[in-house]
Amino acid sequence: MKLSTKKKMSFITSEVLLVIISLIVMLPVILAISMSFMKPEEVFSFPPKLIPSTLHIQNYIEAMQLVDFKRMLLNSTIIAFFITLGKLITGTLAGYAFASFNFKGKKISFGLLFITLFLPAETVMVLPLFLIVKNFGWVNTFWALIIPFTASATNAFLMRQHFMTIPKELEDAAKIDGATSMEYFWKILIPLSKPMIGGAALINFVYAWNLYLWPLIVTMEDKMKTVQIGVKMLIDGQGSNNWGVIMAGTIIALVPTLLIFFAIQNVFVKSLVSSGLKG
Amino acid sequence: MRKFTPYILLIPTFIIITIFIYIPTVYSFRLSFFRQSPFGNREIYVGIKNFTKLFTDPNYYRAFGINILYALITVTATIFFAFLLAQLLNQKIPGTRFFRLFIFSPYAISPAIAGVLWSFLLNPVVGHINYVFMKLFGLHVEWLTQTPFAFISIVMASIWKMLPFSLIFYLAGLQSIPDSLIESSLIDGANLWTRMWKIKFPLLSPITFYLVIMTLTSSMFSSFGIIDIMTKGGPVGSTTTLIYKLYLDAFAYQKTGLAAAQSIIMFLIMGIVTYIYFKNVEKNVHYQ
Repeated sequence: MKLSTKKKMSFITSEVLLVIISLIVMLPVILAISMSFMKPEEVFSFPPKLIPSTLHIQNYIEAMQLVDFKRMLLNSTIIAFFITLGKLITGTLAGYAFASFNFKGKKISFGLLFITLFLPAETVMVLPLFLIVKNFGWVNTFWALIIPFTASATNAFLMRQHFMTIPKELEDAAKIDGATSMEYFWKILIPLSKPMIGGAALINFVYAWNLYLWPLIVTMEDKMKTVQIGVKMLIDGQGSNNWGVIMAGTIIALVPTLLIFFAIQNVFVKSLVSSGLKG
Repeated sequence: MRKFTPYILLIPTFIIITIFIYIPTVYSFRLSFFRQSPFGNREIYVGIKNFTKLFTDPNYYRAFGINILYALITVTATIFFAFLLAQLLNQKIPGTRFFRLFIFSPYAISPAIAGVLWSFLLNPVVGHINYVFMKLFGLHVEWLTQTPFAFISIVMASIWKMLPFSLIFYLAGLQSIPDSLIESSLIDGANLWTRMWKIKFPLLSPITFYLVIMTLTSSMFSSFGIIDIMTKGGPVGSTTTLIYKLYLDAFAYQKTGLAAAQSIIMFLIMGIVTYIYFKNVEKNVHYQ
């Protein structure tokens, strides 16, 4: 009896703690949403308000006028989509090579790939990368924003991990039926890996959508910029006198990834965890 | 045919990482031994002068020191809070799914956007944090434009942004600890705190190790967006980390050689980290 009251107490404590922590973590986002619907005079009211009195959508209209968010949303979508596609194609192929084949140089190529895990080239080597891309004549084009990111060790290893869990007998059976390596890959391996590929797609999409330093450097014209850069333009251009508008722009930029994340979090978390562990 | 298949499968990945990771790295080495002429039209060989310049520059040491402090605080705090929060979220209590949804959410938000959100919260005129500070302590703090508050601000925003990643991994780890282990410790009368730090924490050490490396990488590189939006490296360089200094030298001041030398130094730091990681993983058989 005593134990159960004790248990109940600790449950209630945990519950209360979790509500408080969830609120603290979400507070920046919640406040940004409510700010984005406030009239300027409400934004500057003292003490600061938590909830707007009316749904004032003027901020969104103004943000769209100051910065071409429509175009930037399109750019971000195109870039994130093609980076994701590229990473999935190269990753599944490389993962298949490492999971199902024994070949000369397997260890070395694996090691060469592994090293890149700790070398985010788009930041450490940002200058030479920029100079190379400039030489290609790619500055201000989608090529520069997409192609350098279409392969990664993370994806190759994640796929390898997953393919290794698929019973070898399936491959043997397919071979006996006369399937080639590639037929087995397309017709059996890929369909069986759909959930994993879906999770990897999400992780890649969020990563690409959230790129910042690279697009900042390779896009000169506004029509090539991404939403992340749009938000920077807004905050740099507005100073701190127009927080309602800045927050409207911020919400425009963060809603897509946040919604994806909310909708399919389980798949996401599963893939993320298997990408990191078991090295 | 089957003999060549794996090589063909690997070609796409290797073409991309060769052109966009390996070649830039090699190119960076070359650049670091040259200086741009004043008009930027030719390169002048200067040997290791770029490196000696860096190592005699107090500003570079300062950025180094700031980066070390920043990494230490963000990594330690992120790991510590993530581990504690994972215990809370690992219980079978109502609403856990929603709590997870909310607490994980900063994972999907970019560092740059995190920077905007925190700039707003910390704004001296309209920010809610300042209002609370005023009410509680009667203090008016200029968070983003005063030392040491600017540094504290980027640390807060970074922890908020980095926490979910570690939390997700700890939760997965906790769920993989066999119940029998925990039950036997309960019979031995270990209290909550002991169970957490003396039993669970050591069991999850491979995860902790992986997370230290990952959050360290984050704090070295992903911090760029947060810093660029919130403080632009200021006031008086107090939030200029290595990556931010590199960016300024490369793109604001056009000092190509000097920036390339900084890339090489960061590359070496990451090389050491990678080496340590490898050594440790070889020793760790927990990974199975």
